Amino acid sequence: MTAPTATARRPVPERSRAALTGRRPRAARRARRVALNGTALIVGLITLFPIFWMISTAFKPATEIYSLTPHPVPEHPTLGNFDSVINGSAAGQGLSFWIFFRNSILVTLIAVLLAAAVSLLAAVAVARFRFRFRSSFLIMLLIVQMIPGNALVIPLFIDLRAAGQLDSLPALTVLYATIALPISIWLLRNFVATIPRDLEEAAAIDGASAATIFWRILFPLVAPGLVATSTFSFITAWNEFVFALTYLQTPSHYTLPIYIQYFTGKATADWGSIMAASTLYTIPPIVFFLIIQRRIATGLVAGAVKG
Amino acid sequence: MRGRRTAPYLLLLPALAAIGIILLWPTVQILIYSLQNFGEPQLIGTQPATWAGGSNFTAILSDPEFWLSLRTSVIFAAVVVTLSLVAGTLAGLLLNRLGRRMATFVSGAALLAWATPQVTSSVIFVWLFDPDGGIADWLLSRMPHWLVGSTDWSSFNWTTSGALPAYTVVTLAVIWTSFPFIAVTVLAGLKSIPAELFEAARVDGAGPFRVFRKITYPLLKPIFLVLLLLSVIWDFNIFTQTYIITGQLGNRDEYNLGLYSYSQAFSLPPNIGLGSALALVLTVILLVVTAGYVRASVRQGALA
Repeated sequence: MTAPTATARRPVPERSRAALTGRRPRAARRARRVALNGTALIVGLITLFPIFWMISTAFKPATEIYSLTPHPVPEHPTLGNFDSVINGSAAGQGLSFWIFFRNSILVTLIAVLLAAAVSLLAAVAVARFRFRFRSSFLIMLLIVQMIPGNALVIPLFIDLRAAGQLDSLPALTVLYATIALPISIWLLRNFVATIPRDLEEAAAIDGASAATIFWRILFPLVAPGLVATSTFSFITAWNEFVFALTYLQTPSHYTLPIYIQYFTGKATADWGSIMAASTLYTIPPIVFFLIIQRRIATGLVAGAVKG
Repeated sequence: MRGRRTAPYLLLLPALAAIGIILLWPTVQILIYSLQNFGEPQLIGTQPATWAGGSNFTAILSDPEFWLSLRTSVIFAAVVVTLSLVAGTLAGLLLNRLGRRMATFVSGAALLAWATPQVTSSVIFVWLFDPDGGIADWLLSRMPHWLVGSTDWSSFNWTTSGALPAYTVVTLAVIWTSFPFIAVTVLAGLKSIPAELFEAARVDGAGPFRVFRKITYPLLKPIFLVLLLLSVIWDFNIFTQTYIITGQLGNRDEYNLGLYSYSQAFSLPPNIGLGSALALVLTVILLVVTAGYVRASVRQGALA
């Protein structure tokens, strides 16, 4: 019984010994590492290229943007594009970038706060209580999250119109907070579930009220989770396109994505200004991603695969 | 504790109210409107909406534009899901084998692409492929004909030349922003596989393809399933990128299902009934895929 296995295995130690000590394998290993790092370098640079090109175009004067031979790096860097975006000459009607920035940031931040408050309550319910319809509620969240926005945009148009709330930024804020709810509840639930129940029970025995338990014990412990989930709400609201596109009618009510696509659609697109505005618009989500980068993957997959 | 019975329902109330009014009821409304004659007069209020039975749906089924837009959506989703899963998995495998410095560089680049909002990536790719000054046309016009065909690329218009060029640009823009999530998810899965398994396979003389087929894939199958379903949902449901890159509803032959439904409902004259019927078809297709996603999640114990 043992003999065939031994012979079958014989080539293996030789191979591995050669891999560890032989001259050629070492060279081969080095060549492989160079190839690996070379591939990585190319992949990284290709991935960076669109962002590099956006920023580079934003700093170029028009002569370099539209020249027959492309200039990878601005030869005569200029802030002119940023200037025309901020003083409003790019959009016409003297509408400054800051108007749209203010619309976007207000809508986004208030939506984030609303979503955080409502989803924390729901997450506590789901993580701390066993009740009828608990599973149905969780499954409903998963399904509701997948209803396409460009289908909902039609009935909500009619509802908002009936309520006289088209073109209204507060209505858009409530809409964004609600869209963010399913994934927020789903993610926060995992954070609440990790807090040991004993803490709350001990406090209850000591005579603490439900409100005290919530604010003094649960809230501080779940705060990191709230930051992580709020990032998702932030990105949802900051990036949202189809509702804002359809409902906002007065240009001074536009959020940033609508402002940016609005002037891409014009017959003579001013690419310097568009790239300058896009650069400014893209900074906040990138900052957010960098802050919570480790949590993003685990968070999103935890929602789906539950880590 | 007092009120233990009602507490969870009270806590759920705000969330349920918001989701019910803003997400669930409108879904029912889509169904209602799809069965009605609901056009401009009904929108203005000069005429009441009347029941139309299934006439919106029969109109869709005999409408060549519907079939064309459905075909565009299906082909696009199939191509982009495949390419982004392959690209993301390869990037994940690459990241797993890199040294610390190189891994930081590549994952940093991927993070930037991932964080880029859809509107920004769409606008960047429209600019890269712009006929006047875009770098893609410049590059292609300098390539040998045997490689890139005999088209005059020097001022080729990717937006107005039909569905294939326009969706090529959409495909690149979408893969660019969607492969990082797949790569990071696959990487997280790879890290969970004990290193001894790979070592043992390598010592036994298994090549990289065999290792992937016999070890990596079977162990990460649940992750791949969820990634596949999520990608299908996202790519079939795409709107922002197609709206901007195909020219803001300006090119009818480039409509996918989402754009076609949107244009029926909101282009003049608006036809809410027909738009809703199309939106319902889109929603039903997505919910069928979602059912698979929910089943996969529940099986993996997501409700515990």
